[in-house]
Amino acid sequence: MNSPTTAPPTGGHGAPPPDGSSGVRLLAGWYATGRPATLADHLGRYGPPPVTAAGGPASAGLIEAVEAAGLTGRGGAGFPTARKLRAVADRRRRAVVVVNAVESEPASRKDRFLLAVAPHLVLDGAVLAAGAVGADTVHVCLPRDPSGGYRRLDAALEERRRAGLDRVRLLPHALPHAYVSSESTSLVRWLGGGPARPQGSPPRSHERGVDRRPTLVSNAETLAHLALIARYGPDWFRRSGTREEPGTLLVTVSGAVVSPGVLEAASGTPLTTLLDRAGGPAEPLRAVLLGGFAGTWLPAEHLRTPLARRDLAPLGAAPGAGVVVALPRSACPLTETARMLAYLAAHSARQCGPCRLGLPAVAEDFAALAAGRADPVLWSRLSHRVALLPDRGACRHPDGAARLAASALHAFADDVDRHLTEGPCPAAHEPPRIPVPPATPPEAWR
Amino acid sequence: MNRTRHLRVDRISCTGQGLCAELLPELIDLDEWGYPVLKDRTVPGHLRAHARRAVAACPRLALRTDRDRP
Amino acid sequence: MTTLALTGSPLWYASRAGGTLALVLLTATVVLGIASGGRAAPRRTGRFGIGLLHRDLSLLTLVFLVVHVVTAVLDPFARLGWAVSVVPFGASYRPLWLGLGTAALDLLLAVLLTSALRLRLGVRRWKAVHRLAYAAWPLALFHGVGSGTDTRLPLQLWLYAGCLAAVVAAVWWRLAKAGPGRVAARLLAATAATAVPVVLGAFLAAGPLQPGWAQSAAAAALPLGGGR
Repeated sequence: MNSPTTAPPTGGHGAPPPDGSSGVRLLAGWYATGRPATLADHLGRYGPPPVTAAGGPASAGLIEAVEAAGLTGRGGAGFPTARKLRAVADRRRRAVVVVNAVESEPASRKDRFLLAVAPHLVLDGAVLAAGAVGADTVHVCLPRDPSGGYRRLDAALEERRRAGLDRVRLLPHALPHAYVSSESTSLVRWLGGGPARPQGSPPRSHERGVDRRPTLVSNAETLAHLALIARYGPDWFRRSGTREEPGTLLVTVSGAVVSPGVLEAASGTPLTTLLDRAGGPAEPLRAVLLGGFAGTWLPAEHLRTPLARRDLAPLGAAPGAGVVVALPRSACPLTETARMLAYLAAHSARQCGPCRLGLPAVAEDFAALAAGRADPVLWSRLSHRVALLPDRGACRHPDGAARLAASALHAFADDVDRHLTEGPCPAAHEPPRIPVPPATPPEAWR
Repeated sequence: MNRTRHLRVDRISCTGQGLCAELLPELIDLDEWGYPVLKDRTVPGHLRAHARRAVAACPRLALRTDRDRP
Repeated sequence: MTTLALTGSPLWYASRAGGTLALVLLTATVVLGIASGGRAAPRRTGRFGIGLLHRDLSLLTLVFLVVHVVTAVLDPFARLGWAVSVVPFGASYRPLWLGLGTAALDLLLAVLLTSALRLRLGVRRWKAVHRLAYAAWPLALFHGVGSGTDTRLPLQLWLYAGCLAAVVAAVWWRLAKAGPGRVAARLLAATAATAVPVVLGAFLAAGPLQPGWAQSAAAAALPLGGGR
């Protein structure tokens, strides 16, 4: 598809580039060794990040390289990374880089996994991005959970400090683990001493973010890709994935598959292939949830669809942050959706009217529908309330919840009819098939 | 000078007082809890004065008109 | 005492009339402000009508305040000087009672200025200053009662009573409508709404309603001012 040969622009370090086309890049080291990469492993494999050797000038071309590579954000929104970098680089004041690895989506584990097995790839990317936008500080934000991620990150940062690798300050942070605290403005607000809740714009973070300085907030995986683009160039990056959506992405496959987990795949890989790589369906599937709790239900007949924006858009879906949850035929899709909605309602920041009032009302209506306790006007009321959620919050939380609810009503229209006419379904009393955290409000915002 | 204006609601500041919908029903509806639903963000020329009044009336200063992007 | 009220220049009359009208208008403004904050919904006009009336009456209040202040300063009897209009408690003539009025005026000017700039200031800073209007109202009331020229006129007393009743009733109505939360603010409002009438009543009985208050208040200040 693309130019067949590319010399790494800064080549000469470490091992040859990971094969561009196989779809394994970020996790190549993990697959090769089966253990987390230390700094020595990392430098042996990739060499030092090109910014340290070259100083300023290497980073000037980085934004152009990222643009040529066509890298998009891997945090869910899929915004072109080069445009984001440029917006921050164009501001006059010294900038700040924020690595978003908070990953509050319950069905996603990829950022935590990546930081656990290849932390220095992410940190390289952050340091390189800092060089490109003129930042002297990098804040690395993780969720405050008992998984030990923060301790491991701290150890990785200590390794780099001892090696004298970076010219910028790298600071680890553990943020409250609420669903909306991984929103980029939540990070900025928290780093400024406030609660980890989304903030309405303007001003936008790239204009005035942390310390009132221009701020680049970027997903951890995105930065890892950036670190490889800086080393091997845009043509290498484009050897995997589709023309419109080049590169690979990390995918968290969970639900009714034999071996759930995080895997790396080329953009445009069919969903069936992804499920097979996760051991295949554990039982016949009814649908998959794409993009997480704020995502879209895709009925099983569409499983041959490639995991790419362009192919999923006609179905009303998107790859999001690479979340694929397999729903077995034996489960009640409405009950599962109702529990997710209850969680999303409990985890809103309670700042905007639609999230404080509309979202819980939708969750309650949906729970009544799933339980077969529908009153005569429930369906019209629910549809109306769902339609009024999007685009009416300071962040996209209500939009995501509305997307989940609307796609469930659409994809499982037969189930909806049955629940409305025949009352509760037998599967409603089965134990849940998709794990959902308790629908209780977050303990802390600070 | 005469560029189009767009309505913007600061959703965090908004407490659903509903005055905007009284003054600008052409562009603003209320949901069942009294919070604004923008039917159209773009303010047509003949409603500009009404939009200005609605902005001035908001007790939470949550309604604004922007000149540029929607 | 009534004779005292009937002596003096036309400017003096204009000042007293302006001040009284300003107090009545300020009272109406405060009541409307409280009502709109409590989401009062009149059936015939929209709720925005309350807001507009609140704004218009506040501006009219300031017009009469300007009349009140300008005529008082120009009046040759008290020889106030322009500084009195902005610097509280600096007057030679009834410094305390005049000073209350000056303080109220300053607060209202701050409210006016921040309201004009509120879209730039943001809601939090604007509201913080706007609440000063609640302080300005009792200051204005005590200024009127304490200065005392007309306080013993029955009509004037009824007017003060009416103003007081209106604001206290508005505050209690709003407290009754208020939901849970903001306990400190509600407690403060309830205390103030109780304290102001009690203090005013006690003060009236002790001071202005006693014979000779206006004279003594003025006379006490006259030697200091070196006047006639």
